[in-house]
Amino acid sequence: MKRITIDPITRLEGHGKIQIFLDTEGDVANAYLQIPELRGFERFCVGRPAEEMPRITNRICGVCPEAHHMAATKALDDLYGIEPSSAVQKLRELFYMAFYVTDHTTHFYALGGPDFVLGPDAPPAERNILGVIHKVGVEIGKQVIDCRMRNHGVIKLLGGRGVHPVAGLPGGWSKALSEEDRVKVEAIAKENVAFAQFSLKLFDDIVLGNKKYVDLVCSDAYSHSTYSMGMVDSSNRVNFYDGLIRVVDPEGKEVLLYHPKDYAEHIGERVEPWTYLKVPYLKDIGWQGYTDGADSGVYTATPLSRLNVSDSMATPLAQEAFERFYETLGTGKVDGRYRPVHFRLATHWARLVELLYAAERMLELSQDEEITDPNLRPQVTNTPRMGIGSVEAPRGTLTHHYTTDENGILTGVNLIVGTTNNYAAIAMSIKKAAMSLIHAGVIVTEGLLNRVEMAFRSYDPCMSCATHSLPGQMPLELTIRDADGNIIQELSQYVGSEA
Amino acid sequence: MEHKEKPKLAMYWASSCGGCEISVLNIGEHILTVDQVFDLVFFPCIADFKVSDVANYPDGYIDLCLFNGAIRNSENEETARLLRQKSKVMVAFGSCAYEGCIPALSNLTSKQATLATVYDDNPSLDNPEHIRPLEEAEVPEGMLDLPEFYDRVKTLDQVVPVDYTIPGCPPEPEQIWAILQVVVAAFTEGAPLPPPGAILGAGDRALCDECPLAREEKAVSRFYRPFEIDPEPGKCLLDQGIVCMGPATRNGCKALCPRVGMGCRGCYGPMEGVEDQGAKMLSAIASTIDVGDPADLDEEELERKIEEVVATLPDPAGTFYRFSMGHSLLRGARPEPEAVTEGGGS
Repeated sequence: MKRITIDPITRLEGHGKIQIFLDTEGDVANAYLQIPELRGFERFCVGRPAEEMPRITNRICGVCPEAHHMAATKALDDLYGIEPSSAVQKLRELFYMAFYVTDHTTHFYALGGPDFVLGPDAPPAERNILGVIHKVGVEIGKQVIDCRMRNHGVIKLLGGRGVHPVAGLPGGWSKALSEEDRVKVEAIAKENVAFAQFSLKLFDDIVLGNKKYVDLVCSDAYSHSTYSMGMVDSSNRVNFYDGLIRVVDPEGKEVLLYHPKDYAEHIGERVEPWTYLKVPYLKDIGWQGYTDGADSGVYTATPLSRLNVSDSMATPLAQEAFERFYETLGTGKVDGRYRPVHFRLATHWARLVELLYAAERMLELSQDEEITDPNLRPQVTNTPRMGIGSVEAPRGTLTHHYTTDENGILTGVNLIVGTTNNYAAIAMSIKKAAMSLIHAGVIVTEGLLNRVEMAFRSYDPCMSCATHSLPGQMPLELTIRDADGNIIQELSQYVGSEA
Repeated sequence: MEHKEKPKLAMYWASSCGGCEISVLNIGEHILTVDQVFDLVFFPCIADFKVSDVANYPDGYIDLCLFNGAIRNSENEETARLLRQKSKVMVAFGSCAYEGCIPALSNLTSKQATLATVYDDNPSLDNPEHIRPLEEAEVPEGMLDLPEFYDRVKTLDQVVPVDYTIPGCPPEPEQIWAILQVVVAAFTEGAPLPPPGAILGAGDRALCDECPLAREEKAVSRFYRPFEIDPEPGKCLLDQGIVCMGPATRNGCKALCPRVGMGCRGCYGPMEGVEDQGAKMLSAIASTIDVGDPADLDEEELERKIEEVVATLPDPAGTFYRFSMGHSLLRGARPEPEAVTEGGGS
């Protein structure tokens, strides 16, 4: 049996490795996404004081440390039985929105954007943020850098550090916002709203204005009908910071609406012998293997699925963008809600809708009277036992679950990390993209790397966290092996430029 | 290769979180300068099973390799060896590569305990057959292999010789840019590189030196956990009984955490001349403890008093060695899985 190995040097819980097996006919028999790394936070956090978790677990991911910081902080709220004041909630959410703006911006321009701005078949050496800058102009490149810098400034201002913030406390927050700084944050939020609108316009011009790209986005090769998961507020609108978890079926019907504390009743995690990463699925539906449809417990938790589970957006401009998204790509409404969109590449557009929401929400919060309240440290009196906290990380619903002794020393830690939710779906998308490009022994080498990469890039998997860095491309190598394991062909994104 | 030669820069992540890359990106527009000055080699294809571009480079082809992340598994180690061979200058970039960072807290437990917890003992697990990831797993279509998960987290210098170290979790962007300017001057104008073995992008004194909070070196009779006390603004946290690693930590970050009322956890590692950060912190803590007049106490009583106060610290090992476990002298002692792990209780 022939085997193709794609080894992306990617990040968070390790270097994702794609293995594609061909059958005797030369068609794709199966594809595996292996995560060859484990760091073991669930174990080595045991014995640590729970209040250190916001400062420990942010090291799970340096791209989304704010998400772990926040999920951990919320787990501490629950652990110590403290309902944070509305001032604390708002300040945390303001911080969190600044993070969403910078994270979604980075993904779109550095990672997802190059595929569209330059085209999926552009030379790999150009398919990066610098290529985007060359194509759309240095001015826009500087805007992207400015956007990241000003929002990382807000993260540092409110969280204490630009990467790996420290301000979260049980029921509280250690850093207050002065009026002087509030004015600055408000100005930044306004710039963010304008920047998000600009980014949506850019997507309109470049992608929606180009039939070839629209066809690509809507192609079957990048489509999967799965369950969608996301956090919603009490009006079933997208919320990143707090709410209930809603799950809709592939047709858009609500099947679950639960408090994050009940996650273990609904999510099961499988263990596979060929990967260090666990594979979650919906227990209510059951595990049927790596397959889509209403009978399969495979689900996704992405920007696209968050829009899919929501009735609407909580801010006006984002609502307009939301409607336009579904009017363009959707298939009408059921029960007054838009039916889900299952085109995985549309996740990039959904991300921009969320970018606009985060910017608008940040502006609202920066203008809130309570946002400069200096009283952010409540008394902690309850005896801790168990606490669960969830937020929407950019890459999916993030859950931290702690148990402690009566002194708040951790005795158990369970973490379901954003990207992990999507593990099964990502593997399926890779297989499908490979199947569309490999037939009867004919391997479409040109663009194969790019297209398979695009299949999982749309999820913005945290395995690729580090590809948020400058080159914005995933270094890939693909090896084709014959039945005896001999390498018969090698492809690399770098061969062209270096050989 | 035939066109004009720019120095070649590589940045690789082993077992890490990606925060080092984000910090590099946070140098802002300077990143465009970096792009102009260097040929960026952002790592191609360096896994264990194939002949990659990097493996094909001549030895010493890469001028500067910024290596972040710890050595957690066999693949990390093989990559570190390969990159060392291909790089003129190898830099341990950030706390993981330098001293193991937070993931090296894993060295307080064991591989078996870690695997048991992750794959067999969690409320959301559905693993009735007790499946574990295998270094070689058989699937219907063939075999799939995984790197070996090591017993312990190793630092980069425990695996290959390191030329320079840049501390921090992550290193602060201003410091990264300052270093890059020095390196650029060295490569473009022939300016000298720092002496081998140097720690770059940090000072050589204690963090307290650059902390704006006023320290009076007050004696404390107990320690407080961060949520047990609202610190008085402008005053040293340690003076108020809040654990802050400032006295045992190298300066260079401008005391970011204490500025927002949170104690330092020591991510810049020990200051110059200190080998073991945790031991240094323990002695700093001991000297802040209020024991009355030591002249009134015999040695035994003194020790007991100190122990009493230290007992109000919930997790000394996991706090004082939060970032430096990979380099700590504790590393010689291999604790049994269940023995030392839960130092704080449980």
